[in-house]
Amino acid sequence: MHRYANPARFLRIAKPLTGWTFWSGLLILCAGLYWGLFRAPADYLQGESVRMLYVHVPMAWLAMGGYLGLGIAAFSALVWKHPLAEVALQALAPVGATFAALCLITGSLWGRPTWGTYWVWDGRLTSVLVLFFLYLGIIVLMHAHDEPSRGAKMASVLALVGLVNLPIIKFSVEWWNTLHQPASITVTGSSIDGSMLWPLLTSASGFLLLMAGIVLMRMRTIIALRKRAARAARMAASA
Amino acid sequence: MKPKHQRLLLAGAAVAALVVAALLAMPAMREGASYFYAPADLAEAPVTPGQAIRLGGLVEEGSVERQPDGVSISFRVTDRLESVPVRYAGLVPDLFREGQGVIADGRMQADGTFAADTLLAKHDENYMPPEVADAVAKAEAKAKARAVPPAP
Repeated sequence: MHRYANPARFLRIAKPLTGWTFWSGLLILCAGLYWGLFRAPADYLQGESVRMLYVHVPMAWLAMGGYLGLGIAAFSALVWKHPLAEVALQALAPVGATFAALCLITGSLWGRPTWGTYWVWDGRLTSVLVLFFLYLGIIVLMHAHDEPSRGAKMASVLALVGLVNLPIIKFSVEWWNTLHQPASITVTGSSIDGSMLWPLLTSASGFLLLMAGIVLMRMRTIIALRKRAARAARMAASA
Repeated sequence: MKPKHQRLLLAGAAVAALVVAALLAMPAMREGASYFYAPADLAEAPVTPGQAIRLGGLVEEGSVERQPDGVSISFRVTDRLESVPVRYAGLVPDLFREGQGVIADGRMQADGTFAADTLLAKHDENYMPPEVADAVAKAEAKAKARAVPPAP
């Protein structure tokens, strides 16, 4: 794994991978959303509002998955001080924050017709809001110091502490009485009918690939910006 | 020990300790962090009448009754262990129906009924098209008919 932490080697692999993940993600996402929004059946209880599923659930999965990635990057940044881990941290945080925000917004729009309310302070909704705030906190801390690696260190500590929120989100619907329903997809199977499950999995894979493409794009940009800053500093020193 | 290994140990132990602490603490604060009381919770530890609480559970099959005043309904909320009679005046959410989940904000009355101010529908984890729901309901009715032997 340490072999790939070398930025030059990473860039060689990331360059072709960016286009592949981004464009295939966009294609699969369009197919999944068309399937979900236009072809899949309406729900027997919720009617047409079930279609929020095809955006809300992938957003929730990826906001949590993105945070796990952030935690791993933070851990490697603190322990091994890989420069690439810092770059990954910086690249992932705004993408994850966007997904968490979209998860909250789509969920709220679904909640109004289904539950009868936009928002309640139950265990699941509150813990996802905390996830969004953790993302914002990490972004702020990263930019709180003039020297990027000092900021990345502070952000990494917060990212690691925030990892406790992931099991809390996952199990909130089992530990506590919540308005939010328990998980439909578990290791033993799915309580979502196949005609809705397949478009959901398609749009989720599309969003995942798209996220990978965007994060790779951001990582390459950040590496280029850091190189430029380092070169400018070198030139200023030799002048 | 190299500083790298020291950091690995420290960060690993810190994350493990935090996660274990959360896994122990969070389920322990059951009541405190729960959004509503189930009927069985109320049977176990009754609340003072007049205190604002939320009651959640399933709307008992066959229990919904329109009141003569035209705007009120009464029904029973059950968790299949205990059930609580509820009175509510106002519009019910679209998903409100017998056998479905519901969460009511309100107060226990001295006579043991629950006066609800607002109702929220609680959705379960099942998603299916109407035809499948029909087929499931038919199969369940058939299974029930088979389970109950005809009266002699």
